Amino acid sequence: MSDTIRVALLGNPNAGKSALFNKLTGARQKIANYPGVTVERVAGILTLPDGTQMEAIDLPGAYAFDASSPDEDVTRKVAQGEFPGEAEPDILVLVLDAGNLEQHLVFAQEVLALGKPTIVALNMVDMAERDGLKLDATVLSQALGVPVVETVAVRRRGIDQLKAAIAEARGQVGTLADRPKMDATERRLEARTIAKATVFQTSRARRIGDRLDNVLLNPWIGPLILLVLLFVIFQAVFAWAAPLSDALDAGAGALGAWVKAEMPESILRDFLTEGVIAGVGSVVVFLPQIIILFLFILIMEATGYMARAAFLMDRLMAGVGLSGRSFIPLLSSFACAIPGIMATRSIADPKDRLTTILIAPLMTCSARLPVYGVLIAAFIPARDVGMGIGLQGLVMFCLYLAGIVAALVVALVLRGTLTRGEATGFIMELPRYQLPSIADIAIGLWQRAWVFLRRAGTIIFSATVILWVLLSFPQAEPGESQVDVSIAGQIADGLNVVLEPIGFNREISLALVPAMAAREVAVSALATTYAIDASDEEAEAEGLASTLSTRWSLPTALAFLAWFVFAPQCLSTIAVARRETNGWKWPAFMVGYLFALAYIFAGITYWSAVTLGL
Amino acid sequence: MTLESLQPGHRARIASIDWDALPPADGKRMRALGFEPGVEVSMAHHGVFGGRDPVAVSIGRMTIALRKVQAAAISLEQA
Repeated sequence: MSDTIRVALLGNPNAGKSALFNKLTGARQKIANYPGVTVERVAGILTLPDGTQMEAIDLPGAYAFDASSPDEDVTRKVAQGEFPGEAEPDILVLVLDAGNLEQHLVFAQEVLALGKPTIVALNMVDMAERDGLKLDATVLSQALGVPVVETVAVRRRGIDQLKAAIAEARGQVGTLADRPKMDATERRLEARTIAKATVFQTSRARRIGDRLDNVLLNPWIGPLILLVLLFVIFQAVFAWAAPLSDALDAGAGALGAWVKAEMPESILRDFLTEGVIAGVGSVVVFLPQIIILFLFILIMEATGYMARAAFLMDRLMAGVGLSGRSFIPLLSSFACAIPGIMATRSIADPKDRLTTILIAPLMTCSARLPVYGVLIAAFIPARDVGMGIGLQGLVMFCLYLAGIVAALVVALVLRGTLTRGEATGFIMELPRYQLPSIADIAIGLWQRAWVFLRRAGTIIFSATVILWVLLSFPQAEPGESQVDVSIAGQIADGLNVVLEPIGFNREISLALVPAMAAREVAVSALATTYAIDASDEEAEAEGLASTLSTRWSLPTALAFLAWFVFAPQCLSTIAVARRETNGWKWPAFMVGYLFALAYIFAGITYWSAVTLGL
Repeated sequence: MTLESLQPGHRARIASIDWDALPPADGKRMRALGFEPGVEVSMAHHGVFGGRDPVAVSIGRMTIALRKVQAAAISLEQA
């Protein structure tokens, strides 16, 4: 592999670089971190028309090599071959936005000064034309001294020509062209001159985007539209996902029943049906919700609306010492805190970023939904509280709200104490609106779904299996309760001493142990606990919700809900926080403060409910 | 007059920028986005609910969101 040619894509943010990368390499991309920093490394294989394969990497978007963010620092070091452990790229593909040449050509001068074989992809020429710009690629090519290929990455235009130009550039690999080295002012002047020569016609066409922004960024209508959009997203996450989740659930149930019917009765059969199939099945049912939420997030990002949402939310976030940039990570955290915490990389200010990481687990992630769902179904009557609002939905809404309010309060407190610092800035380019390509969205969804399934397939699977073993051994003598005798029962006895004062029973203590792996495991753990405890098939078949409603008091159920608003019961989140903060200090603080809040609020909820006679 | 008091739809030229009033990272980023004396800017949008924090400014062919504190460091003259 050592003689494989390496191609690197680089350019300003919003040049359409990732869409171009998708078209050059396809869906099989390797996403990892650059060692030692929390910047994503995206790599893929580029196949030329003659079948030659090259390694391609998509470098983070940069405005300049003179870094003001960790992303730009990585781009500079990799492009110059100074990043330890990262091979120097042989060919550079410089992606420029045809509609914003004067700006993008500034960084282009810096890249060209490296002297490496370079090809310019003059991207989004269709949008430039729509904006009334007419460009001459030949003039640009002569001025820069490198080949220029016109592309429209989202429409797949110019990809073959770009590949042909890359194939051509192979002959120059290893040579360094002598190109002028300029300072920042000279670069800007040169960019202006070249852009003027290249763009031979500008009509003052009123841009469609301006008209859209007049509505979407209207000081009064804009926030309202965002609110409605968020409401639609959550509605979709619940309503659209339900039939798909039910189908997956039924599938897991049918598989379990089939295995049970086909296999002779044995400990292995119980392990497969009650441990493996039930456990993994209880997690895979979230896949539809995660995919639907990410579908919206990816569309918002690809169209350019996400930056507007950040603009609209900046005022509110500034109120608790954060910026609009924290909005995207926090929104992602409603699906899952892991992609949310990873998305904090776009926040340049380290204290802003740390605060956002610490509050991300308070956003109600989809893993809490089954826990909330089972308890609400069991304890909250499906009553109408007027105006067509159901009591069950209202309780769910309050649980979401509790998480959001807690996150804002915690952010405010942290910014005044542990992450104190001067008010941070918010400088953000609002990219032009763009119709995204279905293929790009599909690739993004596939990457997210794969990360989730891999997690479900490993951590959650192992946790469920370990719990099953802990619950099944040692086996009870006739007349004894299996739960009481098991190893897990003995661990729960110890934990119960601490949790009893806040209204938790031993079954809850038992479920919380494996639920450290992931919150949703609490449901399968409770199901497993009560299922194994039952002596006949009929009781086992009884729904978990109806079992709980007869065994738990209402104050206990409410306290359990309050606990899950706060408790950091997710090993993956803790692991990601450790990786993103480069140490155990902050994850330890995060786990500590969240458990403390969980204990206090579960206790308050329990004793308030008891006092009120619920 | 400084940038944050420019009314939506109005244009002006940047007269000077008080770089010392800005954190170094903000200054670097603003320079990279093309903020410098002599450049024409226009106010595209004010922030939510009539506030001016943040504002959206048109510069070149881009729209850039800025906070009031950053916009206040940019002094304007008639275009």
